Amino acid sequence: MTALLVKSCGPMTSLQDHGRGGYQRFGVSPSGAMDRRGLALANALVGNPPWTAAIEFVLLGGTLTASGGDLHIAHAGADCALTVDGRPVPPRSTAILRDGQTAEIGSARSGTFAYLAVAGGFSIPPQLGSLSLHLRSRMGGLDGRPLRANDRLECREASHSGPQLHHPADIAQDDGPIRVMLGPQDDYFTPEAIRVFLESEFIVSPQADRMGFQLTGPTLAHAKGFNIVSDGIVEGHIQVPGSGQPIILMRDRQTAGGYPKIATVISADLDRLAQVRPGSPVRFRAVERGEAVAAARAFNTWVEALPAALVPVRSTPTTEDLLAANLIDGAVHALDPSFPE
Amino acid sequence: MNASLGRSIVQAPRILPCGDCALSVEFGNTIDPGINGKVLALDDALRAAAVPGILETVPTYRSLMVHFDPITADYTDLTQRLLSEAEALTSQAVAGRRWKVPVVYGGAHGIDLDDVAERHGMSPARLIELHAGAVYRIYMIGFMPGFAYLGGLDPQLATPRRVQPRARIPAGSIIIGGAQAAVASIECPSGWHLLGRTPVRSYAADRDPVFLFSAGDEIVFDPIDETRWAALERAAEAGEPVAEQVTP
Repeated sequence: MTALLVKSCGPMTSLQDHGRGGYQRFGVSPSGAMDRRGLALANALVGNPPWTAAIEFVLLGGTLTASGGDLHIAHAGADCALTVDGRPVPPRSTAILRDGQTAEIGSARSGTFAYLAVAGGFSIPPQLGSLSLHLRSRMGGLDGRPLRANDRLECREASHSGPQLHHPADIAQDDGPIRVMLGPQDDYFTPEAIRVFLESEFIVSPQADRMGFQLTGPTLAHAKGFNIVSDGIVEGHIQVPGSGQPIILMRDRQTAGGYPKIATVISADLDRLAQVRPGSPVRFRAVERGEAVAAARAFNTWVEALPAALVPVRSTPTTEDLLAANLIDGAVHALDPSFPE
Repeated sequence: MNASLGRSIVQAPRILPCGDCALSVEFGNTIDPGINGKVLALDDALRAAAVPGILETVPTYRSLMVHFDPITADYTDLTQRLLSEAEALTSQAVAGRRWKVPVVYGGAHGIDLDDVAERHGMSPARLIELHAGAVYRIYMIGFMPGFAYLGGLDPQLATPRRVQPRARIPAGSIIIGGAQAAVASIECPSGWHLLGRTPVRSYAADRDPVFLFSAGDEIVFDPIDETRWAALERAAEAGEPVAEQVTP
């Protein structure tokens, strides 16, 4: 059986898909890919459904070797270099990892979370319907833990080993404020605190992980205390504990918690928020439901349109091809036309 | 609620928006069986009705979190439907099951028992008597998979949380914090006090059922000794529920 062997990787490298919905009533965090856009794009490039489990790299990259057969792979998400046996793979493109070849993913140059998908996905039993690792409860992933050197990831027979593909456009970079909807407990804050929240710059602190992003910035004053009887938590909730410094709850959040939530990041903006690095600034803008729903719809449309947006890549010529080809006659393009930017 | 208490704590249900994909139906602000009963009754009603667009409902102490698909669900229709369902609730939730949960108290299994007893000026035996003498209600499952938040702790045992939380407490820890009690399901960080330990796994990944308890169930604790604990621990390890369903 074809497998991907982990030679090295960062300590927080894990398997992630769309998450483990449906079990929150039993205290199970949904988890799932921090940047669903990166996951969906990497999967599209290898012909997978968008939410097939992929490897999520966190800041640091890793090296992986194909064993027992050839694999189609692709990466997306945080900007990082991918090479196959030292040869660079253009961004947003399918690469073929031949049996025995090594793929190396570099550290993220910008953003935090990068995804490496393999055609057909991994043949690893899901837990409660998902491969997503939730580290704090040791659920999912490979034996409930992050990936590490010498792990062997069995791959499914690829239903698609078709053409190498390329996505012509980068994922839209939007540096605008993160859009939020106020509530559910905005009434626990003074009007001044809400104004400060919406008009100030906050910095993502080093205490940012898959569970939550701690922010530092001006103190947000509570109007009626900060202890509430624990109630439900959703991803994107911005809770404010007694310190007055907000925490944005991300994919690995717990299912219930006891601090007032001033606002909730809209679903379409969580993915780009996830890529904001510790030490970087973030601002918020309040929107009405209509804008949030339109953005969610646009996100879905983008994911659904991904396969049609891809263009075939002419396979990179091997040394033998180059030696056999007549490279002197005719026109040689300085720019490789197969990678339009 | 009980008028003799001189307060009305079950408020008219209200909807709190939680972003574009969820909303919370809130019945009150306190930990109260009447409020929690409404939450669980609405949860039952929605699960039975299979409302289009609703993806998942999550009961908590005093509110029901409703996750929905913002693209297929119309928010106005959804909130109207939820409010009319919430206001029409005539009964409490379907009565939950009652579980007898074996616990070995004190010693290495409950390292805080003696300290807590001393703090309340009672003997460890009296503390066990009070803790094991109550019928607890599971208000919600949260924090960790299968972690059961319990109401019903004897007020004499209410104990402020530890100043310094512990990084890890063992799976199956029987703990109290403030006026609350809990059954910890898996190893987790905690600032609560460890009174004992149960071999029961309220969450076991490879067992059917994976989760033993649901919100609305009741729990009674059954003190056991070390020998019994060892036998039950082996049975639980082999996939037995070990917790016994009993009739109230």
